Amino acid sequence: MKRCIADLHIHTCLSPCAEVDMTPRRIVEKARAQGLDIIALSDHNSAENIQLALDLAKEENITVLPAMEVTSREEAHVLALFRSAESATAMQEIVYRALPAGVHDEQAVGYQLIVNERDEIMEFNKRLLFSATGLTAREIIDAIHALGGLAIACHIDREHFSVVSQLGFISDDLSFDALEISRATGMDRARSLFSAYASFPWITSSDAHQLADIGSRTTAFFLNEPSFEEIALAFKGERKIEWNQG
Amino acid sequence: MKVNDIAEKIGLAVTVAGDLQKKVTDCYISDLLSDVMAHSKEGALWVTLQTHPNTVAVAVIKGISGIVITNGRQPEPETIKKAEAEQVTIMTSPQTTFEIAGQVYQILRKS
Repeated sequence: MKRCIADLHIHTCLSPCAEVDMTPRRIVEKARAQGLDIIALSDHNSAENIQLALDLAKEENITVLPAMEVTSREEAHVLALFRSAESATAMQEIVYRALPAGVHDEQAVGYQLIVNERDEIMEFNKRLLFSATGLTAREIIDAIHALGGLAIACHIDREHFSVVSQLGFISDDLSFDALEISRATGMDRARSLFSAYASFPWITSSDAHQLADIGSRTTAFFLNEPSFEEIALAFKGERKIEWNQG
Repeated sequence: MKVNDIAEKIGLAVTVAGDLQKKVTDCYISDLLSDVMAHSKEGALWVTLQTHPNTVAVAVIKGISGIVITNGRQPEPETIKKAEAEQVTIMTSPQTTFEIAGQVYQILRKS
């Protein structure tokens, strides 16, 4: 078993709230420099920078997982991890259909950049990526599972955009594969706050919106290899998971 | 003032009839269930956009007299099932939360 350090929640410049220098190339380079083994690029309601990140990962010795942070109609964030870019793109189609119509105001909210391997802007995404979709949290989880992905409740310790803040608690109908604790909360405090959810696998991640934050919180997985399948086994309790609080 | 009195006065559609004779002693407005759990009072009418089944559990825990879902939103089928099982009243209205709040405020201030 190898101890794989993972930061499974990183935004690229496609997320309007992220810095514009969060290009897949810089993220992959920074993650390597931080000694990370696995990263997941999870933009709000989109996966349009994923393929580039996967291509870049082949050059660097790092595993990139396609991901997406989907906003439910209750305004809870659900982190989706996928085996392939195809699955992430299929999820993106479901999400795009469920986003409200309208044109993104990049002056007010921030740029949504799709870039290439030279960090050049290829396209300004004009969808309302920061909006809630019309999908319930349950519909999102079910769609992720139908595509063979893993569904994680994002930053459940936060007072906004978390399934706990929005829906009060995690009910049995929400079949999350794991829960995420944000950088704001330490393991001991999380354990006492969320003792009701002790049966879930827990991860912690940076939710980085700027390069400096990449790897500031990570989860260690003890895996045969750094892959989606092995992380899925970890969430089933067949691999060990540990926190790194930095 | 009872739940069915307010429903009649404002023209709320009753989707699930729990105890419509229950007294409404307060009103709380929030779309964050964690906030409702922390701050709503026993007997409060709860006005919200949320339609998730957890609303029913929160209503039971907090002794909510009735849930009003605004803006024409409809409760999820699972929410209706749970509300029926728990005898929690769910009402809906095409009006906005602001419009409902104003009317409930007037009614509760007079009663």
